[in-house]
Amino acid sequence: MAKPKDNGAKKERPVREAAYNSGKPVPVVYEPDAPDAVYQEKLGAPGEYPYTRGIYPTMYRGSLWTMRQYAGFSTSADTNARFNFLLGNGQTGLSMAYDLPTQLGLDSDDEAAQDDVGRLGVAVDTAQDMADVFEGIPLDRVSVSHTINSTAAIIQAFWLIAAERQGVALEKLRGTFQNDMLKEYIGRGTWIFPPRPSMRLVADIIEYNAKHCPRVNAVSVSATHIAETGATLAQDVAFPILNALAYIRELTARGLHVDDFVPTMSFHLSVGGGVGPFNLLESIGKLRAARRIWARTMKEKYGAKNPKTMQLKFSTGNCGSRMAAREPLNNIVRQTLFTLVAVLGGTRSVNMACFDEAFEIPSDESIRTALRIQQVIAHESGVADTVDPLAGGYAVEAVTDQVEAEIQAIVDDYESRGGIVSFIESGEIQRLLARQAYEHQRKIAQGEQVWVGVNKFTSEEEDRMSAGEGLYEADDSVLEKQKERLARVKAARDAGEAAAQLEKLARACESSENLVPYLMDAARAGLTVGEMTGVMRSAFGAYVEPSVV
Amino acid sequence: MVAQDKRIRVLMAKPGLDGHDRGVKVIIHALRDAGMEVIYSGLRQTVEQIVSVAIQENVDVIGLSILSGSYMGIARRLMARIAEEGLDDCLVILGGNILERDVVQLKSLGVAEVFNHHAEMAEVVSYIRNNAA
Repeated sequence: MAKPKDNGAKKERPVREAAYNSGKPVPVVYEPDAPDAVYQEKLGAPGEYPYTRGIYPTMYRGSLWTMRQYAGFSTSADTNARFNFLLGNGQTGLSMAYDLPTQLGLDSDDEAAQDDVGRLGVAVDTAQDMADVFEGIPLDRVSVSHTINSTAAIIQAFWLIAAERQGVALEKLRGTFQNDMLKEYIGRGTWIFPPRPSMRLVADIIEYNAKHCPRVNAVSVSATHIAETGATLAQDVAFPILNALAYIRELTARGLHVDDFVPTMSFHLSVGGGVGPFNLLESIGKLRAARRIWARTMKEKYGAKNPKTMQLKFSTGNCGSRMAAREPLNNIVRQTLFTLVAVLGGTRSVNMACFDEAFEIPSDESIRTALRIQQVIAHESGVADTVDPLAGGYAVEAVTDQVEAEIQAIVDDYESRGGIVSFIESGEIQRLLARQAYEHQRKIAQGEQVWVGVNKFTSEEEDRMSAGEGLYEADDSVLEKQKERLARVKAARDAGEAAAQLEKLARACESSENLVPYLMDAARAGLTVGEMTGVMRSAFGAYVEPSVV
Repeated sequence: MVAQDKRIRVLMAKPGLDGHDRGVKVIIHALRDAGMEVIYSGLRQTVEQIVSVAIQENVDVIGLSILSGSYMGIARRLMARIAEEGLDDCLVILGGNILERDVVQLKSLGVAEVFNHHAEMAEVVSYIRNNAA
C-alpha cells in the first residue's frame, strides 16, 4: 500500500489544487506505508538525497516545468518578433538559436559566412544586436537559454550588457548558456579552438557566474547532441557526466570546491534520441538514475555538502533523429511520448523537435503545436499532479537500477583511464558513435527496428513538405541587412577605445586571468564576435579534427 | 586493367559551416562496406579545399553532405570550380535536407543526383556503382 502525503507542501510553498474525476483531492506524493532502509537509500522522498524522485519536494504541484521551444532566425528584429509571439502564446521562457557564423566566431561580413547569416538562428555580431533582440522583453522576468558554445564567453558578455542597459542587476538574471565545449568535439561540431583552451573558457564562465550571476547556469552539459550523434541510452548520460567531471577538475585545479560552483552547472538530457530501440519506461528510469548517480558522485567522491551541488538539474529535449520525414504528422505523437517521458522523469524544462524539423526551420504552426503538446500534458493529463507517480512500480524501479549500473560502469571505465578528454582528442569517442549510428541505420534499412510510416505501415501519401508547402521561407535580404547593421556599429564606435580593449584582451588570453571581464569591456567598446574570436584564435590556436570515421 | 577491378574512389565532404555529420559518417560506412575507397574531408571545408583534395586523391565521386539548407550557393561555387579545374568527369552528388523544388535547379548546375531525407543507404551505393566512371 502507498500512503498519500502533502510532502511539506504548506511550509514549502503553496501548491496547485488538483482533484481526481471523483472529486477527491490528488495528494502531492505517494510514499510507502513504512519507508524502509532500501527506500531511503535508493529513492528518498522527493527533494531529498539521492533525489531519485526529483530535486523538489512538490515538483509540478509547486510550479510546472518551463516550456521553451528553440527559436531565433534572421536579424534581431525578426527574432524579437518571434520571441514576442511565443511569449504571447503562453511560453514561459525563451531558448535562443544563433546562426552558424555567430557560433563559429565569424562576423556577418566575413566571406565564409555568406551562405549562413541569419539562417539557422539569429545573427549576432555586436552587443547592439543582442540589445535589439530583447527590446521590450524584461530580462529580470524572462529566463533565456542560449545555445552557444565556442563563442559563449563573448555572447554572454553581450547578454549581460543588454541586461545592464535595461537596468537589470546581474544577480537577478536567469538563464542558461550551453557553453559545453567537450560535446562539440563529440557531436555538434561548432568548435574553433583546441579542447584544452576551450575548457579554460568553459571554466572561466562557470567561475564568473558562480560569483556574479549565480542564477545564470554557466554550462548546460548536453546529452542531446551526443545522443543524436549515435549514442546508446546509457552512453547518452555517461558521456555528459564524464564531460562534467572534466570541467569540475578544471575548476578544482583553480582551488575551488564543488560547492562553490557546481550549483551553476546544469544538464540537458536527451529523451528519444540515440540509437537502438526507444523504450518509455527505460527512458524514464534513465532520468531518475541520472539524478541518483550525480548526487552520489558529488557527495561521496567530491565531498559536497551543499544539496544544490548534489541536485542534478536538467532540461530535456531531442534534436529530431527519431522524427521521420515520411508522414510528418506522426511526429506529433512521437513528441508527445517523449514529452511524457521527460515529465514522468522529473525534468525542469522541455524542448522537443517540431514535426516539420526534418525539412526546415519550424513554421509558426509546428512550433505552436510543439508548445501545445506540453500544455496538454501539463493541463489535461493529470501526470503533473503527483510527484514521481511511477515510483515503487516493479518495472520502473528495476529498470532504473539497471540503467544506473550501465551508466556507472561507463563512467568508471573512462574515469579509471584518466577521464574522457584524451579519448575525445584522439577521436575514439567520435568513431564509436559513428559506428553505432551506422549499425542503427542498417537495422532500420533491414526492418529489424520498426519505424512506423517509414519501414512498416507505410502509405503512398504525397510528400507535401519536401515540395516546400507550408514551410518557413528563408529571407534572402537578411545578409545585406545584417551587414549594414554591423557597419553602423563599427562606424559609431570609438576606434581608439576599441583597439585598446582588443589589445587588453589579447594580453589576458596569454595570462591565466579569467577572460570574462575583458570580454565584457570589449563588448562595451563595440567590438565584434569576429574581432574577439580572432584575438583568441591567435593565442589559442585552431582545432584540427582527428580521424573521426 | 578491367573496369571492375578498379575500386571506386569517393571523397565525402562537408562544405560550409554546417557541423551535422552523423549522416555523412553513416554513408561513409555504407560505401566502405560496399567496397569503395572513401576519403572524408572533415567539417567546414571550403569549395577550394574540396576540389583540391579531389584532384590530389584522383577521386571518381564527390559526395557533399549539407544539412544547413545553404546548398544552392555552395553547389553553384563548387560546380564552377570543378569546371575551372577541368574535373568534368567527376560525379558530384548531394545529400541532406534538400527541398524537392530545388532539385531541378541543382541538376542544371551539374549536380548528378540529389539524395534527400527519404533516401536509403542502398540507393546511394547503387547509384554510385552504376554511374561512377
